[in-house]
Amino acid sequence: MSETTTATPPAEIPREKLTKKAITADHPTWCPGCGDFAVLASYYKVIEKRQLDHEKIVTLAGIGCSSRFPYFVNGFGAHFIHGRAVPLASGISLARPDLNVFLFGGDGDGFSIGGNHLEHGARKNINLVYFIMDNFVYGLTKKQTSPTSPIGFKSKTDPTGAIDMPVNPMKKLISAGASFVARTHATQVNHMIQMIERAMDHPGFSVIECLSECVEFFPDVFDPADPRKGGSFEVIQERKWDNTPEDEMRHDVTDELAAYKLAQLPFPGVFGVFYQSDRPTKNALEKKWIESSREKTGNASDLELLQKTFDRMK
Amino acid sequence: MNETPVVPESDAPTGAPTANPASGRADLRPENINDAVIRLAGNSQDGIQSAGAFLARLAGRSDQDVMTYMTIPSTISGGPSLFQVRIGTGEVLSSGDEADFLVAFYQHSYQDNIDFLKEGGVLLYDSDNVEPNLDDKRFVYVGVPITGLTVEALGGTAKDKGKNIFILGLIAKIFSLDVEKLKRLISEKFAGKDESIVNTAMMAFQAGYAYPVGKILSHHYQFEKVARKPGARAQITMDGNQAIAYGLIAAGVRYGAGYPITPWSSIMEILRSELPKYGGLFVQAEDELGAVSLALGFSFSGYLAVTGSAGPGISLKTEAIGWASMAEMPLIICNIQRGGPSTGLPTNVEQSDLHQAIFGGHGDSPRVVLAASTVEDCFYIAIEAARIARKYSTPVFILSDTSLATRIEAFDEPDLSKLMIDPKPDLTPRASGFKPYDIERITQHVPPGARMIDGKYPLVSGLEHDEMGHPTGSPKLHMAMTAKRRKKLQKLAEEIPVPEVYGDQKGDTLLVGWGSTYGPIHDAAKLAREQGEKIGSLHLRHIHPLPNGLEKIFAKFKRIVVVEMNDQGVYGFGQLATILRARYCEPKIESVTKTDGLTFRVKEILEGVFKRSFADKKGRRDSPKRPLSGNGTGQDVDLARAEVIPQGIG
Ligand SMILES: Cc1ncc(C[n+]2csc(CCOP(=O)(O)OP(=O)(O)O)c2C)c(N)n1
Ligand code: SF4
Ligand SMILES: [Mg+2]
Repeated sequence: MSETTTATPPAEIPREKLTKKAITADHPTWCPGCGDFAVLASYYKVIEKRQLDHEKIVTLAGIGCSSRFPYFVNGFGAHFIHGRAVPLASGISLARPDLNVFLFGGDGDGFSIGGNHLEHGARKNINLVYFIMDNFVYGLTKKQTSPTSPIGFKSKTDPTGAIDMPVNPMKKLISAGASFVARTHATQVNHMIQMIERAMDHPGFSVIECLSECVEFFPDVFDPADPRKGGSFEVIQERKWDNTPEDEMRHDVTDELAAYKLAQLPFPGVFGVFYQSDRPTKNALEKKWIESSREKTGNASDLELLQKTFDRMK
Repeated sequence: MNETPVVPESDAPTGAPTANPASGRADLRPENINDAVIRLAGNSQDGIQSAGAFLARLAGRSDQDVMTYMTIPSTISGGPSLFQVRIGTGEVLSSGDEADFLVAFYQHSYQDNIDFLKEGGVLLYDSDNVEPNLDDKRFVYVGVPITGLTVEALGGTAKDKGKNIFILGLIAKIFSLDVEKLKRLISEKFAGKDESIVNTAMMAFQAGYAYPVGKILSHHYQFEKVARKPGARAQITMDGNQAIAYGLIAAGVRYGAGYPITPWSSIMEILRSELPKYGGLFVQAEDELGAVSLALGFSFSGYLAVTGSAGPGISLKTEAIGWASMAEMPLIICNIQRGGPSTGLPTNVEQSDLHQAIFGGHGDSPRVVLAASTVEDCFYIAIEAARIARKYSTPVFILSDTSLATRIEAFDEPDLSKLMIDPKPDLTPRASGFKPYDIERITQHVPPGARMIDGKYPLVSGLEHDEMGHPTGSPKLHMAMTAKRRKKLQKLAEEIPVPEVYGDQKGDTLLVGWGSTYGPIHDAAKLAREQGEKIGSLHLRHIHPLPNGLEKIFAKFKRIVVVEMNDQGVYGFGQLATILRARYCEPKIESVTKTDGLTFRVKEILEGVFKRSFADKKGRRDSPKRPLSGNGTGQDVDLARAEVIPQGIG
């Protein structure tokens, strides 16, 4: 979100350092041990580190356990309806380039009911950060199959095991045109923070899928990627363009096909930035159009403009 | 009016086939007229809409009153299409039950529309394509080889494109219209295009104007001149959708989002290209859920936004509108109604979404519902909607419909210098102790970017919440918050003016209406009064909440008859009638409804209200039977529809 860093605070009111305390609100209502706690902690850390203007942080979400997020952050925010937070966030991002727009949600919210909005937000390349806490299950409604539940997962709606092929979030996002696509794990806080920061610095639709365990309804599913539980957290080695032979083996984040290949790897797969492209954002393209439209009118006032239109209707 | 012909009559193209002889019936109407209904009937590719629009614009420029009526042309080229212009020198409120003058391009245009021609009216037809029944002595027949003459005038390449402008020339001659003004309108319309297009149009116009129609038609007509009242403003001419779009712009609405659907689309098309000029933006969303959510994002960010659709899309937006009600977010939602349910009658008119606007959605979700009555009112209702949305931080519906969306009216130019509203969000810092959902106050949404002096930032929430926007399950708070959201509508009701009653202020019958039926209901009351009825009419703009004090008006009449274009429902009452009966517990409230997808004709209203046939004083013949229903007395719907619905619009 590179357009969003300049702030013009009213000079009269002194600005204190933004601390974790200042941005903390209600105590999270998540179950003890829920992966989402670590996501919240990482978000606090990033805000503290970046010292964003407090009034310019906007935290948004749809509906789900993960989507309770805005209540736990003291800042402007909205808790919207199930699956529609991407267009809500898009409106805010388009109208107010001065704001930092963060959107949080779950796998059901993002890939099922909100799937179409996700595709179009990605296609339009709206400038925002979208963090998806993927727990492979519907948490809030208590253990139904989610669009990312693996085949065989026994849920209340698939008592003998899920049968529908799960969504592959990385593939879905890359093919939809998201310009920053990354994957992380809620037990890997440093990696998570790194990903959030890179998403913020990327102008465009930046999505992070985070494996975040639902201890209540799908425990231990992400252990294979957690070194403390005997798994291995394999991080994508990105190209450094240092002309070394090893570099040839590394991943070029601008290579869509290579990203797709990484997304193909069997569970738990790899973590890091899969894909990044610097194609123009809708924000920038619309801004250009607005500016050229204004110029064509000779920067006329609103009154002059509408009066001219009416004169043509006489 | 300008009498100078463009081309002397002697220059008329030679060899023009002689027109059909007049039917023998002399046209007895006076040369000086103050009201004429001209109906143009052809196919959608013939450009009759633009010919009709030229006439409407001309009338507007001449300070005459004008109203048009059209069927939406099919997207599939070739569908039948019609455009009706009523020009008057007095007050024109409806587009006319019957035409004085019918132009028929094809046989089907003649057959489908001849029933709408007044007895003694003139049928002007393309003798290359139409063979009328000349034995029917009710009409005056004027056959002109329109196709042949247009091709002749324009040369082979243009084919018969330009027939519309040819006809315009002919009409200009017959009605002694101001040729110079018309030509100026034509060249303005094509300004910026290839010069040859303007030349072609002028050639077609002159050919039409020069046609020796005087040999057949005994005389030409002339509209009585209207002198502009001193200090009166010039007239502007536009359709209802344009009026809503420009009303929103005047009201400082700079952002919006939508998804295309007939008949809403032209509003979003206008806003998409206009708003950037004002520094704003309109986004075409992936669907209506996306559109309303984007619009709520704009509103959240501090810019009151608009979304809109027709019935099917409004159904999709419903959940988010409930959120706006709960979160108390300002938002304007336009519903340009068409026939429903489901895809319904996409290009016809109906007022069957009133209950959806007021009640659509789960839970107690108060919202404001306004309805525009004329094209002019479309402009002002947009301003009123924005005022209410901001003041009460609430979703506001604007109800319009196919008939308002597509008709053109001339009205006094609004005084923009007094109306324009600055759209800037209020980012001033908020004092300590600010509560976004203060129980004691009407919520005012605070956009991000405004600093909170005490460091406590507000959340907007669809969960029931406390005064700071944080979730609560407290029964007490849910009761208090539900009441808070309802009370602001009650507060609004106090400030809404009680509408004026037209006609008798007390008496036997009060007609009550809402929306686009204003003209025909008003004219029905007028006609019935002329025939001795003690009758008044009342038109509602604010439908939810209703203004206070209507009961005092209702008490002065024996019958309250609500006239609306929707079904009489399971219990025998239309949608507004149902609400008024519930609100006032008043058994004398009755209902006249219809669902044929066409605008009300004055006579239909009177026959529905008085259950007897009505002929106006001028001795107009009876109209063909139209399906019509009153409570409990609904007649069977005539399945053979007089008008063809163009296909290909969803
Ligand atoms: C329109 C609508 N449909 C259904 C629901 C019920 N619902 C709430 S959250 C949810 C699923 C949430 O799953 P996910 O997005 O994965 O979030 P999680 O709770 O797992 O974090 C559902 C079905 C709703 N609130 N709204
Ligand atoms: S149900 Fe699962 S996702 Fe929801 S809070 Fe509990 S552990 Fe977290
Ligand atoms: Mg989930």
